[in-house]
Amino acid sequence: MSTPYAKLPAWADYGLIPVINLAVAFIVAGFVVLLVGENPFRAAVILVEGAFGKGTGIAFTLFYATTFIFTGLSVAVAAHCGLFNIGTEGQAYIAGLGIAIVCLSFDSTLPWWLTFPMAIVASALVGALWALIPAYLQARRGSHIVITTIMFNFIAASSMVYLLVGLLKPAGSQAPQTRNFLAGAELPKLNWVIELFGAKIRSAPLNVTFLLALLMAFLVWLLIWRTKLGYEMRTYGHSPKAARYAGISETRIIITAMMISGALAGMMALNPVMGDQHNVAIDFVSGAGFVGIAVALMGRLHPVGIVLAAVLFGMLYQGGAELAFEMPAISRDMIVIIQGLVILFAGALEHMFRPYIQAMFASFSPRSVGMEVVKGRGA
Amino acid sequence: MDVFIAIVQILDSTIRLSVPLLLACLAGLFSERSGIFDIGLEGKMLVGAFAGAAAASVFHSAFIGLGMAILISVAFAMVHGFASITHRGNQIVSGVAINFIAAGSTIILGQAWFQQGGRTPALQPGERFDAIVWPGADAVRDVPVIGPIYAELISGHSLLVYLAFLMVPFTWWVLFRTRFGLRLRAVGENPAAVDTAGISVAWLRYRALICTGILTGVAGAYLSMVQNGGFVKDMTAGKGYIALAALIFAKWKPVNAMFACLLFGFLDAAAIRLQGSPLPIIGKVPVQFMQALPYILTVILLAGFIGKAIPPRAGGVPYVKER
Repeated sequence: MSTPYAKLPAWADYGLIPVINLAVAFIVAGFVVLLVGENPFRAAVILVEGAFGKGTGIAFTLFYATTFIFTGLSVAVAAHCGLFNIGTEGQAYIAGLGIAIVCLSFDSTLPWWLTFPMAIVASALVGALWALIPAYLQARRGSHIVITTIMFNFIAASSMVYLLVGLLKPAGSQAPQTRNFLAGAELPKLNWVIELFGAKIRSAPLNVTFLLALLMAFLVWLLIWRTKLGYEMRTYGHSPKAARYAGISETRIIITAMMISGALAGMMALNPVMGDQHNVAIDFVSGAGFVGIAVALMGRLHPVGIVLAAVLFGMLYQGGAELAFEMPAISRDMIVIIQGLVILFAGALEHMFRPYIQAMFASFSPRSVGMEVVKGRGA
Repeated sequence: MDVFIAIVQILDSTIRLSVPLLLACLAGLFSERSGIFDIGLEGKMLVGAFAGAAAASVFHSAFIGLGMAILISVAFAMVHGFASITHRGNQIVSGVAINFIAAGSTIILGQAWFQQGGRTPALQPGERFDAIVWPGADAVRDVPVIGPIYAELISGHSLLVYLAFLMVPFTWWVLFRTRFGLRLRAVGENPAAVDTAGISVAWLRYRALICTGILTGVAGAYLSMVQNGGFVKDMTAGKGYIALAALIFAKWKPVNAMFACLLFGFLDAAAIRLQGSPLPIIGKVPVQFMQALPYILTVILLAGFIGKAIPPRAGGVPYVKER
């Protein structure tokens, strides 16, 4: 497929255009704030101060960011292979089941540093298996992965509700959730790292999963750009025909990519379940899977971009909570609008401003967009 | 006789529950037949529901409410068109974005305008679409068999219910018996051929999306102004996705769409009616299983175990003239 657009210098492609798209999304969000009768600039100040003003705020921001790094990476890995995994939400939700099994079995006997690796494997495995069926159906039956993963989100939600109001609920309890985990399944906090810099933290759920998220970001980079498998995935994503011609097995590459994507989605569940809530409750994912779509698009599918975008969304979630407190007219659902606008402008409309920027570059320095200036020859 | 009354009642609620699905499903039919995937049915229904209930309660008129629902829903459809037709963006991504913007903005604006926790004020009698009682419905109610069927099933629904079912033959007629319909189907299969014939692909697809917007608007208005006396946040609750599933189940055909929506509506009605009470032979069926059944059935269909669902060939691919 030929791209209908000319080339731009890399810094404009990966820096300028996302920033412009993001700025437009926030300007439109500002108009919504204006529409409900509040000052958008004051809202922005409260948001940033709430996220980074105090140590507790920073810790919360990074806690949310941890979740979004996982889901963003999950969406990105599938996207590199040309697959739209909209089922991150369901894969993360059902992975809570794997974590619950590990934690409920071992939390009274083993220390956290033994439960944690087992829970990582369990969550990744369950998430990957939940992605396997849609992947298989796409590869062998040609069923559209977007539709099947949406369906699997709902099936996951129904199954988890069924299990949480029945099997997993402790006897005599009314709340649809597992019993609280004991110390053996509670992950240590990382707040002391921020306290090293002199900030005070009251209580924030930032935990070791954050380090796991950063490690996964590095491993995804390694996978996509430094391994044969990653190369095959990108080839298939770019042109399935070329991949077929190169002898890459379609079935193998689709299933592998989706299972890695599902595993990353599944690991997301570790953060809220073992790091914060210490139980598996109904709807604990609460839309983080969908935030992953926004994060992956904004980070332009690169792990570094994804980590940055995840921190930005972490900031929105934490700052948004403060904002709802300061401005009663604005609830946390403002974030949902911003999320939608970011997906719209950084995703669906990513090429909207490109022609103008190209024209700008072409007029300032034709060389930068690949146009040679030929001197001395009249047109 | 009790069993018979129970069956009539279940069928009656089947009709009520399948109407929003049917309208949204036909909406998706127009869009997908023209080659535009629309994940955003859910969001468009939601803004339609909000705009309808809000306008009806402010202007004290059900019809102004319906008009507003259609207007806003079409506006959202045009955003989808702008992104996916004009700027050749990813149609799935655009649909996802629309769902989020709809979910967030209905709550924020509802709270700011009405201060009722994201609800709109409860609609008064003149502001909703009331049930239409057919002539003689009360007179024949006591006649065995035919009486309850006429009085419960056929009579006593609101205008939008009859409209929804009339839309089925109308959609069929538009798609398969008019020039517009022929071109719309062609543009979903082979846009280059339509372009060669001198017809604008973009304008045709925009018109298809306008039809989608109108129908999702009516679907939304039904939710907030007929089924419920006002807007409640997230009231679509995944109905847009079930409609999408029904569309695939119906293999992108209008009459099949009606049966698929009635089936999914029936599953919903049966789940509500049973509420975990045991069935003969099968035993107790979990409510969650009944709720998940439409999705499971769709996956099985997609897997090719019940016939084969073949989507319009050009679906999801932005049209680039130069190629």
